Amino acid sequence: MADDTEISSPAATLVAEPGPETAGRRTMILNMGPQHPSTHGVLRIVLELDGETIVKARPDIGFLHTGIEKECEAKFYQQVVPLTDRVDYLANLSNNLCYCLAVEKLLGIEVPRAAQWMRVMLTELTRINSHLVWLGTHALDIGAMTVFFYCFRERETICKLFEKFSGQRMMTSYFRIGGLALEPPRGWQQAAGGFLKHFPANVDEYEDLLDKNPIWLRRTQRVGQVPLERMLDLGVTGPMIRAAGISWDIRKSEPYSGYDEFDFEVPTRTENDVWARYRVRMEELRQSWRIATQALEGMPGGPWMAAAPKVVLPDREKMKTQMEALIYHFKIVTEGFRVPAGDVYQCIESPRGELGYYVVSDGTSKPHRVFMRTPSFGNLQVLPAMLEGRLIADSIASLGSVDFVLGDVDR
Amino acid sequence: MNFYILTLIKAGLVAFVLLTTAAYLVWIERKLLAHIQLRLGPQRVGPHGLLQPLADLVKLVTKEGLIPQQVNKIYFLLAPFAAVMLALISISVIPFGPEVEIFGQRTWLQLTDLKIGVLFVLAISSIGVYGVALGGWASNNKYALLGGLRSSAQMISYELPLALAIAAPLLLSNTLSFRELVETQSGFLGGVLGNWNLWYQPVSFLVFLISAFAETNRVPFDLPEAENELVAGFHTEYSSLGFAAFFTAEYANIITACAVGTHIWLGGWQPIIAPHLGGIWVPSLVFAFFGIMSLFHATQPARRWDKYTFPVLGLAALGLAALFAIPLLQPVLVPLFWFAAKTGALIFLFIWIRGTLPRFRYDQLMRFAWTFLFPVALVNLLVTGLVVALQP
Repeated sequence: MADDTEISSPAATLVAEPGPETAGRRTMILNMGPQHPSTHGVLRIVLELDGETIVKARPDIGFLHTGIEKECEAKFYQQVVPLTDRVDYLANLSNNLCYCLAVEKLLGIEVPRAAQWMRVMLTELTRINSHLVWLGTHALDIGAMTVFFYCFRERETICKLFEKFSGQRMMTSYFRIGGLALEPPRGWQQAAGGFLKHFPANVDEYEDLLDKNPIWLRRTQRVGQVPLERMLDLGVTGPMIRAAGISWDIRKSEPYSGYDEFDFEVPTRTENDVWARYRVRMEELRQSWRIATQALEGMPGGPWMAAAPKVVLPDREKMKTQMEALIYHFKIVTEGFRVPAGDVYQCIESPRGELGYYVVSDGTSKPHRVFMRTPSFGNLQVLPAMLEGRLIADSIASLGSVDFVLGDVDR
Repeated sequence: MNFYILTLIKAGLVAFVLLTTAAYLVWIERKLLAHIQLRLGPQRVGPHGLLQPLADLVKLVTKEGLIPQQVNKIYFLLAPFAAVMLALISISVIPFGPEVEIFGQRTWLQLTDLKIGVLFVLAISSIGVYGVALGGWASNNKYALLGGLRSSAQMISYELPLALAIAAPLLLSNTLSFRELVETQSGFLGGVLGNWNLWYQPVSFLVFLISAFAETNRVPFDLPEAENELVAGFHTEYSSLGFAAFFTAEYANIITACAVGTHIWLGGWQPIIAPHLGGIWVPSLVFAFFGIMSLFHATQPARRWDKYTFPVLGLAALGLAALFAIPLLQPVLVPLFWFAAKTGALIFLFIWIRGTLPRFRYDQLMRFAWTFLFPVALVNLLVTGLVVALQP
């Protein structure tokens, strides 16, 4: 996908013109995916094999293309939020947050502090959730089956927490332009606190299973290395670039939603291999736990929605007693709210890297264009560089270490 | 009684027991893995999913056996049957207990005793690779081909350390017959602990165990069927009975490997502790303890149905304890118990490892075999040979 400019089947390209490496040797084309247990969705990779060694690898994406970006243009601004859930379905709240921040920037709305802190806490829980899915499936790919179930035990708790405040386990759509959809239900903070209290011990448990396991070390160390310049050229972000020694985290470099008020570190490693990515993400689990704990303990009081009556739906009580509130409600629901013309790019640190929403407004109540800069797409581009010259078994470990979500790649 | 009738009865019995054990091994494995992984495992078919193997069998038999296009039909059909036949054949030389008297008939609890029983098992397990390699090659599927190739290379490589590991205790016992192997391990160290080869040959036992994992294609050496890389490896294209045959062969191989390990290193059916210390009563005590615990739990039911299930379980266990205490049956049942317990412990280890370790990479697996396992086994054999030669 990086090198092919014209739209053609990668398999056909491979068969038609064997590369210089393949000259004189008979190779085998292996079509890995789109239905393969370890391509994490519907990624297709066309591998040219010499024995078990990968001579060439061409990822073929687009099997999960949903046209979300185009669909956004047909919706009111507030109706886009549920669509963003479906982009990266493992980090739904991060996508919600990024879109809301972008539109809030266009509108010039200041979100109340309580809502900001709640957003921080929930996106960090999302990061934990996403990293748990990554760890479980990554370990399962390499053959350590049990880690998967341990990770999903904690993920289940997070999903239940999500369900409590939004009624949904995955597609939460909980953030609104201007704040949060609802106040979290009574007892939610206690439930979240209960989870956070036990979580560090759980991370220790995963590390017990993997950290000192010689087979795990052999499968991950010095595997999936890519030159740093190549990674920078291709726009790799997130844990992958941090595992290559670059301390790049948007939460630190361009703080949003009040991240500058929290105390946390950006873990980095220099090995730039599957092992380093594993270590970075494990540390991030701990850092996310730190942020979430700080957010929960210091949760400020106050309103959950911004004081912007033209954008934010009025209180139910007010709507039934005040004429003005009823009019606003009617207007927002039936014709949306107008956003001043202009364009804005907002990026956040999603579990996978830099997630950016570029929103263009033409002054109407529907976005003119919503472009999503998704981290999985950038990260997946290093795949050929990562796989070529390695073994099939390494391809599985390398694929897992990228931690891509196909919905995020194809949009 | 007529020799032929007796052998026929024994053959039927052994085949029935082995196949049932293989089927229930699947259930046990699923249950154990589930509990390691915070799950419950099969629960729907029968109490605690006990009828699951039966349901699996019905499903596999009634499924359509699909033959993909452009496969080599003869080899494609031959491969699973070669695999299952070779897996079942080696059990015929493995004894389950000593010579016993049943209904006035003196007979060995064994189908047949070959003078070269150990060699026979090794030879058969070497041929066993044909089933896998043929299946992978004939399937006309690239994943299956890679799986078949991996498995041939792996099984041939691990055959060497396996054979060398087995050779060392054979030097001590100076026999190739399983029967005599077990006999040489009779007696008790200091009159207490069983006089097993394990105490003299711990290194070769470890090498044997590791090689056995590789020979039976189990985690961490399950590369031929690494589902995350090769979909299902050599049996990707098999369905219905072909798949069932490969599956049965895998589990029969595990049972054989564990039984061989038990006989060569763990003293076969010899008890762990000497009879005068109550060795003969151990089975009764184990079952009685289990029964009493069950009855105790029945008095404090944690769940509604515990009131009914625990007494049944407890009484059954007590019944077994009583059965093992009958002096007339003891010479038959106690050796069988020890053999089953030791083999079961080894099988448990196989399953436990599966729940714990990740998978090796292909080149690492080969390097491990040739640069570590093989030299260790060789040195161990040489040292053993030297010691045996220097003994007066």
